[in-house]
Amino acid sequence: MTLLADLSTAIIAGDDARAGDLTGRAIAQGIPPKAILDDGLIAGMTVVGDRFRDHEIFLPDVLLAARAMYAGMDLLKPLLIRDGIPALGTVVIGSVRGDLHDIGKNLVGIMLKGAGFEVIDLGHDVAPAKMVATAREHGASVIGMSALLTTTMPAMREVVELLKHEGLDGTVRTIVGGAPVTEAFARTIGADAYGFDAGNAVDVVKDLVGRR
Amino acid sequence: MRPLLTRLAAGDRLVGDGATGTLLLARGLEPGQPPEAITLSRPAVLEEIARLYFEAGADILETNTFGGSPLKLALHGLERETDTLNHAAVAAVRRAVREEAYVAGSCGPSGRLLEPYGDTSSTAMYDSFQRQMAALIAAGVDCVCVETMTDLAEATLAIRAAKDVAAAIPVLATMTFDPTPRGYFTIMGVSVAAAAAGLAEAGADVIGSNCGTGVEHMVAIAREFRRHSTLPLLIQPNAGLPRMVGDTTVYDETPEFMADKARGLIDAGVSIIGGCCGTTPAHIAALRAVVGHPPRGS
Repeated sequence: MTLLADLSTAIIAGDDARAGDLTGRAIAQGIPPKAILDDGLIAGMTVVGDRFRDHEIFLPDVLLAARAMYAGMDLLKPLLIRDGIPALGTVVIGSVRGDLHDIGKNLVGIMLKGAGFEVIDLGHDVAPAKMVATAREHGASVIGMSALLTTTMPAMREVVELLKHEGLDGTVRTIVGGAPVTEAFARTIGADAYGFDAGNAVDVVKDLVGRR
Repeated sequence: MRPLLTRLAAGDRLVGDGATGTLLLARGLEPGQPPEAITLSRPAVLEEIARLYFEAGADILETNTFGGSPLKLALHGLERETDTLNHAAVAAVRRAVREEAYVAGSCGPSGRLLEPYGDTSSTAMYDSFQRQMAALIAAGVDCVCVETMTDLAEATLAIRAAKDVAAAIPVLATMTFDPTPRGYFTIMGVSVAAAAAGLAEAGADVIGSNCGTGVEHMVAIAREFRRHSTLPLLIQPNAGLPRMVGDTTVYDETPEFMADKARGLIDAGVSIIGGCCGTTPAHIAALRAVVGHPPRGS
C-alpha cells in the first residue's frame, strides 16, 4: 500500500508533520490500525534501526525519526486500544541509581517502541525499588537497565535480587546494557540477558518475551 | 611563562594532565555525586591532584569544571553556584602550579541536546557556556578546553562563547570519536574531517580528540586530523575502556603501553599529549619521558 510506504518513508526522513498527516489519512481511509502500525510506523523504524546499526545514520537522525513515529503513534494509539490490539509486551526501562546518562537508554526505548513494545521510561538515577514496583504495577514482562559508569553498575544486581526476593524473577525478566556492561557481568549478577546495543536489545527482549 | 600559543607555534611539544574523575573517585567521590561538588567541600583535594600531575610532568593542568556550565549543574541543583564553583576550581589548580604551568578551564558538554533533535535552543546553550566561560576567564585561566564533545553545533557554541568573552583566550577543542566500519565518527555523526573544519571555523586554536577507546585508535584519529588541518593538535586518550573486575573498575592500558603507543602521536605531529579517563600521574610521567623534557616555564 503506497500510503503506508510513504508513511514509513516519512518516519525514516524524520518528517514528523508528514508522518502525522499520513497516519491521519490512513486512518480516514479505513486502513486497519494494526496495518498502519506494522507496515507504516514499525516498518519505518526497522529501517532506521538497521541504518543506525550499520553507522549509515547517527543519533540526531534516530531522534528525529522517533519524533515522527510518535506523531503517528499519538493518533494511532487510541484506535489500537479500542480494537484491543496488544503491544508486544511492556518493558520498564531506566538508567540505574546514581547514573545520569540517558542517551543510550533513550535509544533503547525508541527502538523498543519502534518494534511495537509498550515502554515505561523511568528516566535516570532510578532506585531499584522503583523499577521493581513499576514493573509490578504495570504487569511488565521485562526490566531494562542502563549504566554508563562502572561505579553505578552494582545497582543492577540490586534490582535482580529484589525481583528474586519478591518472587517476581520468573515473571519479570531483566536485561542490562551500557558501555562498560558486558555479557559476563550480566551473568555474574544473575540478569536474564545482556544487550550490546539498542538494536540488539530489541532482539533480546523479543526473545525474553517469546515474540521472535 | 611564554604564552601557550607562542610555544606551540614554535614547535614545542607539551604534556597535558590525566584523569580528574578517576582520582576523585579514589578520594571518596560518591557515584552520582557531581565531581564539581568536591570543589566546594574539599578544594584541597583538587590542589593535591593538580600537584600530582604537575610533579609528574604536565605542562597544562585542567580544572575540575567539566560539568561546570549552568545547564549541566542544573542536573544537581547547583546552577546558582556556577561562578563560585568555576572560580574555586581555577584557584585550586593555580595554587598548585603557580605560574609554572598553564591552567586550562575544562568545559564539557551541557548534557542537553540541541533543537530540532533535542529540546534545548541554541540561545539557551550559548548562554550557559557563556556564563561558565566568563567565570573561568575572570578567574584567570591561561586557556579553556572544550572537550568530550560529540555535537559540532554544541562545540561551536562553547568555542564562540569563550572567544566572545575574551577574543585572545586560547581555545582548545576536542571531540570524542568511536571506531566504525566506515571510519571514526562521534555518536552524533561528526567525522574527523568535519570536526577539523568545524572546530577551526568556530575559532578554536588547538583541535583534536579526547576520551574514547584508547591510545591506539587515537593515533589513527590524530593522523586524520593532521590530514585535514594545520592547527596544533591535542590528543588525550583514555587508558582503554573501563572494565569491571569484581567490584573494581580496571583500565587495561598501562603507563608503559600508553607511552609506547604515544610515539605514534608524536609522529603524527601532535602538539599536546595528555590523558583522559583512567589515566593517572604514572601515565603522565611515562608520557613526559617519551615527549622529552623542555625547560620548565620556558
